[in-house]
Amino acid sequence: MFLTREEEKMLDGESGEGVQRAMEIVVALGKIYNAENLVEINSVQVAGVSYKNLGDAGIQFLEEWADKGGRVSVKTTLNPAGMDLENWKRLGFKEEFAKKQLKVIEAFKKMGISPVCTCTPYLIGNLPKFGEHIAWSESSAVSFANSVIGARTNREGGPSALAAAISGRTANYGFHLNEKRMAELVFNVNAKVNDFSDFGALGNIIGRIAKNKVPYITGIKDSNQDNLKVLGASMAASGAVALYHIDKVTPEAKNNNMIKDSAERIVIESLEEGYNNLNSDVNEIDFVSIGCPHASVEELKKIAEHVKGKKLKAELWITTSKYVHEKAKEYVKIIEESEGKVLNDTCLVVAPVEDFGFKNLATNSGKAAFYAPSHSKLNVRFGTLEKCINAALTGRW
Amino acid sequence: MIIKGRIIKEGKVEGEAIVSSEPIGFFGGIEPDTGVVIEKGHTLEGKSIRGKILVFPTGKGSTVGSYILYRLKKNNVAPIGIINEECEPIVAVGAIISDIPCVDKIKINKIKTGDKIKIEGENVIIE
Repeated sequence: MFLTREEEKMLDGESGEGVQRAMEIVVALGKIYNAENLVEINSVQVAGVSYKNLGDAGIQFLEEWADKGGRVSVKTTLNPAGMDLENWKRLGFKEEFAKKQLKVIEAFKKMGISPVCTCTPYLIGNLPKFGEHIAWSESSAVSFANSVIGARTNREGGPSALAAAISGRTANYGFHLNEKRMAELVFNVNAKVNDFSDFGALGNIIGRIAKNKVPYITGIKDSNQDNLKVLGASMAASGAVALYHIDKVTPEAKNNNMIKDSAERIVIESLEEGYNNLNSDVNEIDFVSIGCPHASVEELKKIAEHVKGKKLKAELWITTSKYVHEKAKEYVKIIEESEGKVLNDTCLVVAPVEDFGFKNLATNSGKAAFYAPSHSKLNVRFGTLEKCINAALTGRW
Repeated sequence: MIIKGRIIKEGKVEGEAIVSSEPIGFFGGIEPDTGVVIEKGHTLEGKSIRGKILVFPTGKGSTVGSYILYRLKKNNVAPIGIINEECEPIVAVGAIISDIPCVDKIKINKIKTGDKIKIEGENVIIE
């Protein structure tokens, strides 16, 4: 693999141990994937922030790297943590967990990362440009950046994303290369795809078939940024889809042929299978979770309209970033008056939800519905936002 | 015998080999406090990798595995070196953050459990 003189020096430790470790990781991954060289990057999303996933070894690892002088050199944002970093006590998170989580955040701060934790960095100012090389982890954000923005990233892991942030580089392989961005499967969707949850159900079906291949989707007539966000998140959960194209919608598919000649074609007539995969048969609901990926201002507005002036029977969590929370204050107030909770910095997938004793979850997120049974030991009902909010009001599905 | 491989994590180390013919997943596969292989039905089940040069074809499983290697190291029960046929990102990142010398592109059927071996940069030396 070709390295510039500057990169050789970084690898030899001339810029300190923190940078050396970062270069070792970036170069090792380049070797493994036969990259010809490294590319400079300007944007990183780091996953592996929740103490629930990192454990004590993860804290030690981050602290050690920070002590060795690991400092980020490009715009870097963090994935959700295991709790709301400010309001954890009021929201019922355990002190023992909170202490550890705050240690994680301290280590990241020492590395120069501001503690804004979200899976939708593109909504809070970490918005790469079309064609730009970036290094992101967080499967739903990777999918959004590659597909909806047209930036270029592989599915980085926590340590490799940090290594990229510190070295300012990533290895040039996979989705950084034109030919790897071509679709190998074409999905012709004849089913009606309207609601947010329809996109989640569709994503579940496509992800299971596509696994880690690039799908090209036709037949989607109406979509917006929030829909594409959940479609990608759901595909990246049931499969490992890092990039998708939608005919006449996503930027690369607008101007170029993005379908390989050898691509297989698959027709989707109904979303029923996707809904079935994500639903159990429970009817009592004690917990409703919205905001996976993190809710936008528009979503908070819709929820506020549904719950205004009513009292909830089930616990309602809406997870979002602090930034969106601030922008949607008037809606948050309405939701809180109905005893709904708006949590910043965290989400259902990485919070220690099992500590709260919930049994049956309703969600409109294909990703949350996919992970909740295994990660949080919950029975799940998956459906439209209206159905979920209705379940929060009545305690029944 | 000297076999030339590819450096994943540079280093020099000497010890006894423990060889697995099948891939190893560190997360859920190895007990982080003892270094004992706990994956049911694994060829190394019940054996300790502590202080050995661990030889296996490639890694598998969850990416959290990188942190398990790190934990093994902090608990002083990690392997002292790693030899793979094809290293993948979980093991590569784990070896680098844990300072464990690691070489790949090695035909591992040349090495047997109990062999005295050395890793010196890109070379694996079997005595």
